[in-house]
Amino acid sequence: MSVTEVIVSIFLLIGAFFSLLGALGLIRLPDVYNRAHAAGKSSTFGVIFLILATFLFFLFTGEFNAKLLLAILFVFLTAPLSSLMVSRSAHRTDVPLYDKSIRDDLQETHKKKEKKQQKET
Amino acid sequence: MMAFQILINITIAIIWMFLQNSYTASSFIVGYGIGILLLLFLRRFLAFDFYMKRVWSIFKLIILFIKELSLANIDMMKIVLGPKSNLKPGIIAMPTKLETEWQITLLACLISLTPGTISMDFSDDNEIIYIHAVNAGDKEEVIRNIQKNFEQTIMEATK
Repeated sequence: MSVTEVIVSIFLLIGAFFSLLGALGLIRLPDVYNRAHAAGKSSTFGVIFLILATFLFFLFTGEFNAKLLLAILFVFLTAPLSSLMVSRSAHRTDVPLYDKSIRDDLQETHKKKEKKQQKET
Repeated sequence: MMAFQILINITIAIIWMFLQNSYTASSFIVGYGIGILLLLFLRRFLAFDFYMKRVWSIFKLIILFIKELSLANIDMMKIVLGPKSNLKPGIIAMPTKLETEWQITLLACLISLTPGTISMDFSDDNEIIYIHAVNAGDKEEVIRNIQKNFEQTIMEATK
């Protein structure tokens, strides 16, 4: 086994581990908001390592594939957006928080807004 | 201003070459044409001044970001594998001094990919970002951390 294979394997293992962590988080964490943490962070990290491993593999065989680096950039741009949209729409459709949640500032603002609207109408 | 737009244009052309995976003059020219079209459509967003002195602070922002992302995942590992009773999740309202939409978008992205926090919603006047934190026990500290780490660096990088 050559050195390059070892390096690529390490990257693949790290990527696989964090993807697994993301999946575990989806199952173990209590509510949709906490799950968005796991889905948004661990799987991004995992995917980035998998792409890096692919990039290194082709780099060592003598091909510089910049498409893969662009893919990393796009993962960075889209992953936070998706977790934001999921948690935001969940909150707007009144998906309940985990019962041990200790504060919900957003709920208070929503209530204030609703009161205002009621007064106006 | 002129020079900056030319630079953007060349960058787009190079990205186009990468996407095509063909490093020839003809694909560069096609990419340059596409760049001209993009700049034409996006010209009202391109109201910044000169950029070279900001490259360093953007570089700093990227380094900070990679560091925070790694920390975030180690943190996440502890949360996912640890017992559930340690969780104290909550939604925090964080006031922000950043003004342009571009800065706030960047801040929201950074918050989402850093330890224990994701951005959830914005107030109508863009002055408050709502954050969901896995550990919202100390509201002040969460807010202080974000403001200290990110707001200043973003301001430097996008001034």
